[in-house]
Amino acid sequence: MNPAGHPDAADDRGFLAPPGGRRGLGSWVFSTDHKRIGLLYLGCILALFLAGALLGLAMRLKLMTPGNELLAAQTYNAVFTLHGVIMIFLVLIPSIPASFGNFLLPLHIGANDVAFPRLNLLSWWLYLAGALVAFVSIFSGSGAPDTGWTFYVPFSQRTTTNVSVAVLAVFILGFSSILTGLNFVTTIHQLRAPGLTWRRLSLFVWSLYATAWIQVLATPILGITALLIFSERVLNLGLFDASRGGDPLLYQHLFWIYSHPAVYIMILPAMGVVSDIIPVFARKRIFGYKMIAFSSLAIASVGSLVWAHHMFTSGMSDLAVLVFSFLTFIVAVPSAIKVFNWLSTLYKGSISLEPPLLYTLGFIWMFSVGGLSGLAQGAAGANIHVHDTYFVVAHFHYVIFGGTGLGLFAALHFWLPKMFGRMYNRRRALAAFWVILAGMNLLYFPMFILGLMGMPRRYYDYLPQFATGQFMSTVGSWILALGLLLMFHNLYAGLRRGPLAGPNPWGAATLEWTLPSPPPRENFAQEPVVHKGPYDFPRQGGHA
Amino acid sequence: MPEPRRDQAGAKLGMWLFLYSEMVLFGGLFLLYAAYLHRYQPEFHRAAQGLDALLGGINTVVLITSSLFMALSLTALQTGQPGRCLGMLALTVLLGASFLVNKALEWGEKFQHGIYPGSPGVLALPPGEGTFYSLYFALTGLHGLHVLVGVVLLGVVMLMLWRGRLRQDHPALLENAGLYWHLVDLIWLFLFPLFYLIT
Repeated sequence: MNPAGHPDAADDRGFLAPPGGRRGLGSWVFSTDHKRIGLLYLGCILALFLAGALLGLAMRLKLMTPGNELLAAQTYNAVFTLHGVIMIFLVLIPSIPASFGNFLLPLHIGANDVAFPRLNLLSWWLYLAGALVAFVSIFSGSGAPDTGWTFYVPFSQRTTTNVSVAVLAVFILGFSSILTGLNFVTTIHQLRAPGLTWRRLSLFVWSLYATAWIQVLATPILGITALLIFSERVLNLGLFDASRGGDPLLYQHLFWIYSHPAVYIMILPAMGVVSDIIPVFARKRIFGYKMIAFSSLAIASVGSLVWAHHMFTSGMSDLAVLVFSFLTFIVAVPSAIKVFNWLSTLYKGSISLEPPLLYTLGFIWMFSVGGLSGLAQGAAGANIHVHDTYFVVAHFHYVIFGGTGLGLFAALHFWLPKMFGRMYNRRRALAAFWVILAGMNLLYFPMFILGLMGMPRRYYDYLPQFATGQFMSTVGSWILALGLLLMFHNLYAGLRRGPLAGPNPWGAATLEWTLPSPPPRENFAQEPVVHKGPYDFPRQGGHA
Repeated sequence: MPEPRRDQAGAKLGMWLFLYSEMVLFGGLFLLYAAYLHRYQPEFHRAAQGLDALLGGINTVVLITSSLFMALSLTALQTGQPGRCLGMLALTVLLGASFLVNKALEWGEKFQHGIYPGSPGVLALPPGEGTFYSLYFALTGLHGLHVLVGVVLLGVVMLMLWRGRLRQDHPALLENAGLYWHLVDLIWLFLFPLFYLIT
């Protein structure tokens, strides 16, 4: 793709080429180029994902047999807390929007950058600062936090471990997330190319839009909640201290007012990825475009009203339980709308089972199992039985790892060739998928059964009747780890040494595929004018 | 290099989004206030008598007046009078600073009487009254922090204006600083009755 008159071989590398001859870390960590920032995020997120996964493996190894003392009890508490904090706040919340969103949003809307490029860089720096503070909290003070990622009072108030520093990290990370959301909403409103009407936005951009609103409107509640925990510990405010007239339950409300919408920050962008991948590999316009776009907004708004379903056993009026249970069932409707529309898009499509589509199908399977089990818990009666058991653990790992995780992997397989201009090995990508899917299901499905049998989450040890399920689950964690290694190795080898991918290896119709791979630094030499929708593929055989 | 893109409407949209997030940040504390007021009505009324409504009232007038000068500074810039704009901003900063001084005096007086977060004096109060003071310090503290940030921000705006980097044809920075200042003012208009006038 080297145009005549540019003999410099570095031109092939697009935005990856050293800008102005400047190499090294500085050209990355001070760059306001959205593509470089996206890659910075992606690198950090994947590194932290591996750290979190190692903690998960350690936990599974400890739980393999009853009475196992591989980890001391206090260490085990710290490990599950860190696994949660890292995976939620450092990996899943930024995952797709901060990495692929940053990289793709301007490309999808025909812009040369986001609305506030410097603010975008600040977001990444805040993210990095939050990560560093989180690491400080592990290795300083009197021990790593042991509260679980939810920081519930009164324990988080009283424990002598380093919770104060950890909640500061959460506050900083929240600030980073708000700035990204603010940037994306403004970008989508202001910087769309001529002709790119709201109805021609890709569904990935629609999902980023819905996500960005949640980031702006829900994250500040997390900010104030983290600050309150900090003040409770440092200033002794006593606002959640029952002995001084405070109410610990109010902490739970504040926490979940953010943290439930936060699960939609995690899943919506993955749904956007799925909505963009399926039509490409079915060679068919997406079915129900308007409903998928609308359902993203519906999930974002209704999802903000269901938080107390995490608290059915904490003490609430029966009426409140009924209302929150009802709303929980309502929020399943837009999710189901998406799933049915994806399947309808595949129906009678000209399907080519390339790796991105396979990972996407994995998403649909895992998300459906996870979503339906979510309804089982959202039912007020069943909730009492499964509350705080492995059933819940299984549910959210199906949704978040099986959903967002596989969505992220699908995005990697779909867009890495665009980002780095090189293609990975197709056969190994397909093989890695099956290993990952098998591992995931063996790891998490037994947890549904263990939960129904009454195995509580976060316990250090368990009764002999849970031994079989726990053992299977640990074996599953090894298979999953193997699959992840295969996949990451294949992707890495591909982007280093794979064959050139060309500008549009999948024959997709959104704007980023009109650019060379990797895209040039300035994105579009001329502002594109858009005449068609994101899924209008050229007809086979010539005439349009 | 092309002239840096100046999207005045985009800058303002971004600021409004940030203000929404600020409202939600305070909203969390207002939620706590509502829940505790509902539970401890008589205690809140008794505790509120310990606050000086006159001091609070003066601060309310100070902040509202500062908002007036803020608005006047924008008009001055839009009608091409940067000198007048600078003067109005100086008055805004002055009033913002006096709000903080007044607040510091008020807090200092409370501290002298042994009322500060987690103090024995607060711990000795009946449950609801202690909660009232904890909320008072949390909310007015967070608000005071915002006033401080606002004063610094306006100082930066004045510096930019002084150096001619803020001009009539792109006033978004001044408008955004103004929006922020008005929000901080608005939040105080809720705090004042909730803490000083519910006796």
